[in-house]
Amino acid sequence: MLNIKVTRICLNVAAAVVLPAATSAQQAEQPPAKPSPTMESRIGDLTGHSAAGADLYYRYCWGCHGARGNGDGENAPWVTPLPRNFVAATFKCRSTPTGTLPLDSDLFNAITRGFITSNMPNWAALTRQNRADLVAFIKTFSARWVTDKPGDPIPVPPEPALTLDSIQRGKALYQKLECWKCHGQEGRGDGPSASTLTDSNDQPIRPYNFYTGYRFKCGTSNSDLYKIFMTGVDGTPMPSFADVVKPEEAWDLVHYLRTLQIWHNSPELALWESTPEGAAIVKAERVRNTDTGNPIHP
Amino acid sequence: MKMKYISITGLALLAASAAAVAGPRPAGGTVSGKVTYEGTPAKMKPIDMSKEPSCAKMYTTPLLVETVVTGAGNSLENVLVYVSAGAPDEPAPSTAAVLTQKGCHYIPHMLAFQVNQELKIQNEDQTSHNIHPLPKLNREWNKSQPPGTPPITEKYDKNEIFPVKCNVHPWMHGTFAVLKNSHYAVTGDGGAFTLVNLPPGKYTITAYHEAYGEQTQDVTLSGSETKTVNFVFKAKPY
Repeated sequence: MLNIKVTRICLNVAAAVVLPAATSAQQAEQPPAKPSPTMESRIGDLTGHSAAGADLYYRYCWGCHGARGNGDGENAPWVTPLPRNFVAATFKCRSTPTGTLPLDSDLFNAITRGFITSNMPNWAALTRQNRADLVAFIKTFSARWVTDKPGDPIPVPPEPALTLDSIQRGKALYQKLECWKCHGQEGRGDGPSASTLTDSNDQPIRPYNFYTGYRFKCGTSNSDLYKIFMTGVDGTPMPSFADVVKPEEAWDLVHYLRTLQIWHNSPELALWESTPEGAAIVKAERVRNTDTGNPIHP
Repeated sequence: MKMKYISITGLALLAASAAAVAGPRPAGGTVSGKVTYEGTPAKMKPIDMSKEPSCAKMYTTPLLVETVVTGAGNSLENVLVYVSAGAPDEPAPSTAAVLTQKGCHYIPHMLAFQVNQELKIQNEDQTSHNIHPLPKLNREWNKSQPPGTPPITEKYDKNEIFPVKCNVHPWMHGTFAVLKNSHYAVTGDGGAFTLVNLPPGKYTITAYHEAYGEQTQDVTLSGSETKTVNFVFKAKPY
């Protein structure tokens, strides 16, 4: 919490420092006089307007995301992973298939939530209207928002009842789909390919470590987890499994993945620990001392 | 007045006879040549596939990195030679361009196809691959392809050359070239290329190599002649 606050203060300070300096500095550091197309966003009953979003963007966002939205703001060189490039219009957290534009609500949720393990804080403190306006403005940076339509959301069927069989099937899928190649056999993000991974900006990136956390980049719920591997996390090594995993298999995988988060109390973990096999695995993981992370919620 | 009339008739007759001889489509000109390098290219390292035993066992001698592939007589392979200007855009052919993953290796390393042409990607390995092309103008997607799953079919709607990689097997690396017309070739063993069926006109021929960059040359064709265009890339020893 403190970290988030400090980051936000830093960003504001950075923006305040940059603004007056930019008038005398290079042209490239100035916001364009007039953002080109006018865009709208629709999030439920809200309608966002890019004109209103522009003022917010040049107050809160451009320090990292850049004057022209291409992710090259003043702070970008110190930020890992690099700030999102809105000109490329490739977005991590979507409910739509890989390679397609996200829904307005996906962008809205991303701004609201922020991105764990990155420098993007959550912006829930902005009003819902402010966030909707920002979504509209972000869409002015790429012509794809004019030429393409967002993809059709990948359907997320209702979650079936949790059973041990489901966890076991998910465990087998984790092996079959070779999730462990990156995420590691115990989900600690230390698989054989982990150290070689780079994102689409050619920057090193780590696979998600289930051991240390319970939140994901794209949400916290089981259906968020379902969407993450079905849609893929575009711009990162995480591919989409929508073409190769059936919906019922996807829920099996969700149930198993939750058991890898051994410091997060979940129904999946409780059920898994009630079996001799699960209890032995979880106990061994709890006492295993590695340098990949510290227990957050022991 | 009369003279003009006669000469026009004469021209029309000439044109008619020419069409009769050459058929409905006049045979075009040809541009052919060879791509070579000068200097010392970097020595390509053998690929360590020990992290993927199912692929490693398919090779008696390790596969070499394919960033620079050379042949006899300083010839350079995997160079895309294409008409970058002068030829009209063409609709996509009905055949699919195919990328095969076999032995944790992209076949071919450089795959050229046309805008909106079907691209078929197949996995013949016993391991999961993810196919992650990295375009800047086209849309970026990333799909998993476990063994035994059907081919992935995709299309690209913008002219662009970009890398494609597998994140699980970091040595797997190739290039996709999405081109506007059918006048292209990729050099193989010997570095030779031939671009055929070019109607008379002035063309810009571009040669693209993933490590050495690109070069262009202009060529003018009149009729069904064959013109030679050679490219020499400067090799970097690192």
